[in-house]
Amino acid sequence: MAELTPSQTVGPFFHLGLAWPPAPALPGGVSIFGQVLDGAGTPVPDALIELWQADAQGAPQLLGGLQRVAVDSEGRFSVESLTPGAADRAAPCLLLTVFARGLLRQLHTRLYFPEDAALHHRDPVLQAVPPARRATLVAVAEGQAYRFDIHLQGLHETVFFDV
Amino acid sequence: MASYLPVLPGIDPPNHSPDYRSTALRAPHLPPVRLPADALEYAGPEVGAARLRPGGSDLTANGLAQGQRILIHGRVSDERGCPVTHSLVEIWQANAAGRYRHDGDRYDAPLDPHFTGAGQVLTNANGEYEFLSIEPGAYPWGNHANAWRPKHVHFSLFGPAWASRLVTQMYFEGDPLLPLDPIFMSVPDAAARQRLVATFDLSRTQPAFALAWRFDIVLRGPQDTPFETAAHG
Repeated sequence: MAELTPSQTVGPFFHLGLAWPPAPALPGGVSIFGQVLDGAGTPVPDALIELWQADAQGAPQLLGGLQRVAVDSEGRFSVESLTPGAADRAAPCLLLTVFARGLLRQLHTRLYFPEDAALHHRDPVLQAVPPARRATLVAVAEGQAYRFDIHLQGLHETVFFDV
Repeated sequence: MASYLPVLPGIDPPNHSPDYRSTALRAPHLPPVRLPADALEYAGPEVGAARLRPGGSDLTANGLAQGQRILIHGRVSDERGCPVTHSLVEIWQANAAGRYRHDGDRYDAPLDPHFTGAGQVLTNANGEYEFLSIEPGAYPWGNHANAWRPKHVHFSLFGPAWASRLVTQMYFEGDPLLPLDPIFMSVPDAAARQRLVATFDLSRTQPAFALAWRFDIVLRGPQDTPFETAAHG
């Protein structure tokens, strides 16, 4: 069996190689915004977010579903996503990864939607999360969009997954 | 959903790596939550030609950029040795003087108008890729007194699943800065660390034009089921 190549940090200058033009809002899609914060509560100004999701039926979205955005100098990002469906027993969610200087490997998290609260208790991934920490994975509805702040560390540390 | 093995200990650096000071406030403190084997993370999007830019395999403006021209090439495969085909490979790097074409880079080394510093290609049907670039310079950074990053090229790859996504750095065989670099040294296992080091490849050197370095990359991939493994001996 071939042996894996290790991960290294994306570094501070990833915009040079990884910046994609902003994607327009998608018809029937959802708008997500948020802020990336470090363990001192300070905005992280050099993080990169990638987002992907299931299609409307809950199957992997093979084409066109990947988004990538860099945060601004205040650690803020906004990104447009397709609206995900979910397979049996699961709640719809978005997959997000965070890359940054100071992260030697990307962090994987998930965004769930507040209106699906009735499905959260049976979602197999949320069930694996300690109940007191599940709220870090649920976005907050604000107007027509959802707010999802990502706390890398600290009292409100976001749940990250061992993928 | 295909089944993926966990990454063996020692290969990926721990996010909490105190010698790399920027990890202190950014590495999560709580243990990550293990996902079920059928999680969506073990599938992934197809990321292909739509993300290429014109001239993406040549960072040198047809050889005009300053510095030692190098061919960077290699093969991308998964853990079973299967090629990762028609898949996006993105790179970015400092120029020959150790300066990035980036507003945030305050090092006073000169910029080179002919060096873009970024490229993208798709792997071919054998999983192979190649770029024409310039050997990057080392550059100073603020991690500790007289800290220098060894010369390196940043790589970004997707592979077959969200779980196989890899961002890494390619280093150069024989660089004396390697054992002094806390980012390179954050990989615990010495043999795994060595897999980040490109080897000089005389066979691909282009006479009177460019030297060549080989950097093969192995991504996570789906495992054969035990039944299939047995069937193949």
